[in-house]
Amino acid sequence: MDLWNYLEYAAWAASFLFGLFIVIDWIRTDSTYSEDFLTSSREGELEALTEEQHHHRG
Amino acid sequence: MAQAQTTEHVGLARVLGPAHIWALGVGIVLVGEYMGWNFSVGKGGAYAALMACWFAGILYTCVAMIDSEVTSTVAAAGGQYTQAKHIVGPLMAFNVGLYLVFAYTMLEAANAITFGFLIDTVATMSGHEAGSLDQRPFIILAIMFLAWLNYRGVLATLTFNLVITAIAFTAVIVLFLSTSGIFTDSPLRHTELMSGPAAMPYGWLGVLAAMHFGLWYYLGIEGTTQAAEEVRSPARSLPFGTLAGVMTLAIAATLTWYVCSGLMPWEYLGQAGVPLFDAARLSGSTFLMVFLGIGTMFATLASANGCINDASRAWFAMGRDRYLPGWFGAVHPRYRTPYRAIIFLVPIALIFALGAPIDQVITFSILSGLLEYTFMPLNIILFRRKWPLESINRGYEHPFHPLPAYVLLGLCGMTFFAVFLGYGTQLVAMIAFYIVVSLWFHFWRYRFVNRGAQFTMPWPKPRGY
Repeated sequence: MDLWNYLEYAAWAASFLFGLFIVIDWIRTDSTYSEDFLTSSREGELEALTEEQHHHRG
Repeated sequence: MAQAQTTEHVGLARVLGPAHIWALGVGIVLVGEYMGWNFSVGKGGAYAALMACWFAGILYTCVAMIDSEVTSTVAAAGGQYTQAKHIVGPLMAFNVGLYLVFAYTMLEAANAITFGFLIDTVATMSGHEAGSLDQRPFIILAIMFLAWLNYRGVLATLTFNLVITAIAFTAVIVLFLSTSGIFTDSPLRHTELMSGPAAMPYGWLGVLAAMHFGLWYYLGIEGTTQAAEEVRSPARSLPFGTLAGVMTLAIAATLTWYVCSGLMPWEYLGQAGVPLFDAARLSGSTFLMVFLGIGTMFATLASANGCINDASRAWFAMGRDRYLPGWFGAVHPRYRTPYRAIIFLVPIALIFALGAPIDQVITFSILSGLLEYTFMPLNIILFRRKWPLESINRGYEHPFHPLPAYVLLGLCGMTFFAVFLGYGTQLVAMIAFYIVVSLWFHFWRYRFVNRGAQFTMPWPKPRGY
């Protein structure tokens, strides 16, 4: 066993922790908020606003 | 909270500036300067690689100019997918969306494989028994860490990319300055290494064949458009970041070629795994060796990081429009990221990183990218025809239209031929795959598409409709 063998174990452990964080937060988020709210993003909102302001100024 | 949910909605956060756009574009690509471009030397010699570098530079300048004009107007996540949806039609958009996700996810997998290889190299150099290191935990760690970073927010993700990309780019500049003869005697031997039969070993056919890997100098710069929904000022930041990015890459590519071709004979350079690192080792400077080693590692991570960012935005945008299940169109209420798209693509990247050979993974990435570039000339010609310059505001208007579109189309045709020479079977398999999924989309999936909500830009009716 040298340093690199320990680093292999550390890499497995760190990968597991990052994955665990993602999965726990994913489950928590999906159970806290409604599906309609989570998927409420709409494309082009800023563009519509900018164009509207442009026309008002014009 | 229940009250807030009924009255509010959640979208991606507009927090990025032009430097982040530069970091996204250059970050994805710069790894191509550290490795991969040199296979073009193997195809046709050093001069052929330089010509491929500059021809590909013209191709990508056309890509950057066309992209900057369209995306400064169609400023939404999904980039070229969203452009295709507005300008060409749903079937083209579906295909372009898949090109994007494949190109970036495959590139992410290739970067993770490379990261594992680099760790193995460092371990061997530090005295660990050669070949005994298990690369898998490091490959998985690279993907999991970067996925976690992307999950937690786009600002931290692309600020991280900005820092590591700037360091990797500085390493290339320092290597050039240290070896060019400006400060000390130069170790570069271009005259000896590139004369006689070594000049053009396979003639002009070699130049054509070199185009395949010439793309590596710039492959991925078009990914800047994926950040369109997260920049504070899309009309200014996107053209600025993209065009500055392609200029940075043209400089980095030329300097890389100059240093490497002056230190290594073409027969070796054409098959080297990490040519810039090799060049640093041949310079005899320990400082340069360590700096370029760090640069190689950072360039690999920056590329994988940018790929996760871009693939997830394309997947998210397709989910939001119901081109894919709407479940993927979710945004994290706290981190403001497309978290489900990020999560979904992690196992796919892991499968390819752990189970597929790197040259196949990269070839599928290049082919998907090439199909995407072929769509761009068609896109800009239709855009200018349907919405002429005076009809809508553009953040940037590219010059000499339609010349860049035709040049891009010609160069794409040439590169398809070059790819066909080396990877004909993969090219045919890839096109067959896209034909099959197009049929699936046309006959089945299109019925679920959110047709009324998919055209979001406040533009006038297209000319002729």
